[in-house]
Amino acid sequence: MSDSPVDADAVRHVADLARVNLDEEDVETFTEQFGDILSYFDALDEVPSIDREAELVNVMRPDEVTDGLSQDEALQNATETEDGFFKGPNVS
Amino acid sequence: MTAQAAEQRELAVVIGLEVHVQLETATKIFCGCSTRADEDEAPNTRTCPTCLGLPGALPVLNEGAVEAAVKIGKALSAEIPEQTTFHRKNYYYPDLPKNFQLTQYDAPICADGSLEISVEGTRRSIGITRAHLEEDPGSLQHKGGSIDTADYTLVNYNRAGTPLVEIVTEPDFRSPAETRAFLAKLEEVLAYLGVFDATRDGSLRVDANISLVDAEAVAEDGSISDEALESANRTEVKNISSHKGAEKALAYEVTRQKNAIQRGRVIEQETRHWDETRGITVSMRSKEAEKDYRYFREADLPPLEVSDWKAKIPIPELPDARRDRFASEYGLDGESASKLTSTKAVADFFEDVAESFDPDLAATWVADNLLGELNYRDMEVTDISDRLEEFTTLISLVDADEVTVKNAEEIVLRSMLDEGDDPETIIDREGLGKADDDAIGAFVTEAIEENPDAVEDYHNGEDGALNFLVGQVMQKSRGSADPGTVNALLQDELA
Repeated sequence: MSDSPVDADAVRHVADLARVNLDEEDVETFTEQFGDILSYFDALDEVPSIDREAELVNVMRPDEVTDGLSQDEALQNATETEDGFFKGPNVS
Repeated sequence: MTAQAAEQRELAVVIGLEVHVQLETATKIFCGCSTRADEDEAPNTRTCPTCLGLPGALPVLNEGAVEAAVKIGKALSAEIPEQTTFHRKNYYYPDLPKNFQLTQYDAPICADGSLEISVEGTRRSIGITRAHLEEDPGSLQHKGGSIDTADYTLVNYNRAGTPLVEIVTEPDFRSPAETRAFLAKLEEVLAYLGVFDATRDGSLRVDANISLVDAEAVAEDGSISDEALESANRTEVKNISSHKGAEKALAYEVTRQKNAIQRGRVIEQETRHWDETRGITVSMRSKEAEKDYRYFREADLPPLEVSDWKAKIPIPELPDARRDRFASEYGLDGESASKLTSTKAVADFFEDVAESFDPDLAATWVADNLLGELNYRDMEVTDISDRLEEFTTLISLVDADEVTVKNAEEIVLRSMLDEGDDPETIIDREGLGKADDDAIGAFVTEAIEENPDAVEDYHNGEDGALNFLVGQVMQKSRGSADPGTVNALLQDELA
């Protein structure tokens, strides 16, 4: 089991960091759901340990320019754009 | 503490810096997008699935960025640890497309270095705690108002993923002036390494931690006990973008904290934003605490083991070594050697010139004349980097006696800088070619004919008369005659 069960304060704090507003009902729902999600990880404790393969090191690429996306391609999933920019709400 | 007791406290300034340096690589740190930002480039035209944080895209580390970081470590006499790793720093802000920044946490690529600076003749060693690699976020535009009152935000990810090295110093600075000297020196070292371009907008960004402690807590060698440091509340000043800005921002912050302490107030531990145009720091809304960043290992980036690169990657001669070599190799005094190595561009130009001319002549022209005139115009040698050949031409004209030193300094050089013409054009236009003896002879004859009184005075043994006549001839030659020659010719004519 997780050592620290999720409480309402933890959910509010995480929501705050994520800049998401939650009402009390949401907090209750998410507290329960977070707890559930974390409990799924407990299943990992049941997995038998195996020898790890040798870890990779020094995976790098040469400093050479490759083709990227066009502006249209870059913006195609954005719900709102303006003059080639992604457009979003005010943030401070 | 009462206000009166507070007033009597002698305070010492303690500053540590975090310097973000943009590395001069061709591509971004984790993808092959170009880092070259043209001035008028359109937004979101240098992106790919990786730097846009699209699902499934994987980062692959740029070897060039690692090399640059190793060079920096080497120049700062730092250690390159056996193994170094990458972490995700989680925070939600639209300049981060992935909602986390790829950075390094507990195993940075450089540790325990130092950089020597010189402030008002005193040399000091500033400790470097660490330097680590990370990615730059994108850039935001707050539309329809200031950051607090804007209607909406526009996001451009062209910059996202540009490689940065963050250099963190020990709290070793005892004055704002020292931070400025350090940043200038650091910029210089980085330019020598070829990993940094100071002319790029935003290529150097500085955060500073500053607190005031009792002067008594500072030991003779300048060190300060951990207790004293921990008991003093510090502010973090963000948004400093130059070494001049650092000195101004920190001088403001020293005054602000001193005033508060003298009024018996407690300094609030907070983050403050340097407002360059208003010249003040303002309190920022408190942001996340360190644990809120939920750092965890980036599983998509295997560890790096590059400590042996330190021996393999050569770095060029650095400013301090070059200064010493200039002094011994060219026989320059300390001041000239320092001036000539103050920037790589100047030092390179000097060495170019010194190859073809006498080192003393080269030093006078580069260190005194050229730098002096540039400084007067608030210009840098980099502003004229494509015209250095013209300056070499001017020096060769002086060396060959084609133009007098006085005219070369006072007319040709100034006109080159002010009007942008080449030296030969200016010399022709102003008629400054050194007058030949026939022409001077004609001026001498003229001067004698036009000034019978002076001639009579001369024959009567009046001291000033000859000088007056020399002056007349010099005027006619517009300074192009050699005063010694004129003097001799006049004496011959009048004998």
